[in-house]
Amino acid sequence: MKTNRVAAVLIILLAVVLLAFTGCSKEEEAKVEEKAAVESEAADEPFKAAFVYIGIPGDLGWTYEHDRGRLAAVEALGDKIETAFVENVPEGPDATRVIRQLAQQGYKIIFTASFGYMDPTLEVAAEYPDVYFEHCSGYKTADNMANYFGRIYQSRYLSGIVAGAATKTGVIGYVGAFPIPEVVRGINAFTLGVQKTNPDAVVKVVWTNTWYDPVVEREAAVALLDAGADVIAQHQDTTEPQKAAAERDVWSIGYHSDMAKFVGDSVLVSAMWEFSHYYTTRIQAAMDGTWKTQSYWGGLADGDVKLSDFSPLVPAEIKDLVMAEQSKIESGEWDVFNGPVYDQSGAAVIADGAVPSDGDLANMSWFVKGVEGSVNQ
Amino acid sequence: MILLLTSILAITLRAGTSLVFATIGEIYTEKSGVLNLGIEGIMLMSAVLSFTVSYYTGNLFAAVVTAMATGAVLSLLHAFLSITMRAQQVVSGLSITLFGTGMASFLGQTLGPESNSGYMIGLTAAKFETLTIPGLSKLPVIGAVFNQDLLTYIVLLLIPVAWYFMFRTKYGLNLRAVGESPQTADAMGIDVTRTRYIYTIFGGIMAGIGGAHLSLAYTPGWTENITGGRGWIVIALVIFSLWNPSRAIWGAILFGGINAVQFRLQASGAEIPAPVLNMMPYLVTIVVLIIITLWENRRRGTGTPAALGTPYQREEK
Repeated sequence: MKTNRVAAVLIILLAVVLLAFTGCSKEEEAKVEEKAAVESEAADEPFKAAFVYIGIPGDLGWTYEHDRGRLAAVEALGDKIETAFVENVPEGPDATRVIRQLAQQGYKIIFTASFGYMDPTLEVAAEYPDVYFEHCSGYKTADNMANYFGRIYQSRYLSGIVAGAATKTGVIGYVGAFPIPEVVRGINAFTLGVQKTNPDAVVKVVWTNTWYDPVVEREAAVALLDAGADVIAQHQDTTEPQKAAAERDVWSIGYHSDMAKFVGDSVLVSAMWEFSHYYTTRIQAAMDGTWKTQSYWGGLADGDVKLSDFSPLVPAEIKDLVMAEQSKIESGEWDVFNGPVYDQSGAAVIADGAVPSDGDLANMSWFVKGVEGSVNQ
Repeated sequence: MILLLTSILAITLRAGTSLVFATIGEIYTEKSGVLNLGIEGIMLMSAVLSFTVSYYTGNLFAAVVTAMATGAVLSLLHAFLSITMRAQQVVSGLSITLFGTGMASFLGQTLGPESNSGYMIGLTAAKFETLTIPGLSKLPVIGAVFNQDLLTYIVLLLIPVAWYFMFRTKYGLNLRAVGESPQTADAMGIDVTRTRYIYTIFGGIMAGIGGAHLSLAYTPGWTENITGGRGWIVIALVIFSLWNPSRAIWGAILFGGINAVQFRLQASGAEIPAPVLNMMPYLVTIVVLIIITLWENRRRGTGTPAALGTPYQREEK
């Protein structure tokens, strides 16, 4: 019987240890908020802004860029605001709880940065009419809920120009996440860019059906490399495809953030997000009481998307060409999908001289000529 | 065609290495009568810690030893809970996975250098390079086997050893006896508790090496959730192999190869929907499970340890 008592004590000890450890991640969350609370006492009632992230700021991709935007807003607005973020929030009911909790804690503007947060944000927005909500990459709005996104396809187009000039085999591999309009649009814009410097090149697309799986993304990239690709582009959330290309001594195009920082010069250029400007102006507007709901889709001209610095491997004349195209887009003189644009069968889906509406772009579900792959996978 | 086959086999073996390590380990654990659902957590913890050691020391040997130690410690915890405490093995294993997943993510954001604001993500470190064996690697198809990293070579050698040990040695016999009927084994003078401890820890060590293969060889570096659920696939693979280490390789080839094949089919323009290919391994596992059940109904041995998941308690007076 003695052994049983010893056992009971040990179980309790273990339970305590386990609890202490599992508490870690929660403590982290609390820490951010606590720090925020301390700061609020120091300054005169700063304006409180919160961010809900799908990943962690260290993911070097999507969430990293949002957090860079948050930090830029803090930099610009100083101690007039205080910010907090909650990371690794799964899409679905958990998101609703997190967003509601932030609203209860007195955050006056809440940015939710993943497509799946759309309905949770809408739900909480109805409960808290005095709080401003901003949802990224969706399409629903309310009186106190705006949505925002960037025309990353413009950056994609510019990066395609670099890829087209680099390829020797004439085959470029593109690791895509899901065959949804956002990704399809990116592939199309990229391909049009490739054709600017290499009209005969093909862009081979492979779908992983996952946003985030390092192993799967690498395997997809390797399959494309084996199929003859010597430049790899991707619409995924890790740097694995770029790393796989680097290991074969061929090139890649980055996405989300400046991936050359993590992979090296083989990343010729990256199509990047830039949320700094949007977050700063929207928090400012909320502070001033001038905030209005909107569906915002900013591009190169607004500074919401951009191109990273070029790798030293990119020749000067290609840089010049990209710059020229960039200023054409920025001036509003021309945009990527201005007609004529042909689909895979060669039919002119967008007629010569026609300019597609934002609605057309938002629903794009066909590939342009030059793409090898299927949107029905 | 030959080139394509060679390339598919090469990547399949590479992709399957972490699975085979962990599967062999889990087969041994389960054969002793202990079910360890903590594999996913162990693999994640080992992946992050071994990569961290590789980053700071540049010593791959130390990194792998770290992974083994991590696996040993976590599975020791499971062994203690499930063997000594006779806790529900499913609950204990699941809590190790939950703990390991959270802790690995936390460590990945904490152990990094100041310059990377504490993150381990995005860093590069010493990794296992491909060791091409001259001559043999030039052979068609089979050359794929001789174009791998050190850990893959080790696992390929380990498969027959693991089979021999389990089915042809006295220790293997004792192990199987403990998993089949601990009472009988005990009566025969085999120390049930000790045997279960040894093989549970062995299973953890193997899962640890599996995790290390991900962060040191296959996808060098640390990214959140680097295993992508491979720890769960291992549990399915154990059943798929019918608890026989020599069959682990086929399951690993099936699971490891499916992406290699699928992406190549896509890249070559084949019109097979990706989700269909994605579900194939799971479908096959279900089919295997059905066959096992049918077989068992006919009282043919399938290798399932009879005492799997049941704690052993000597009748006390």
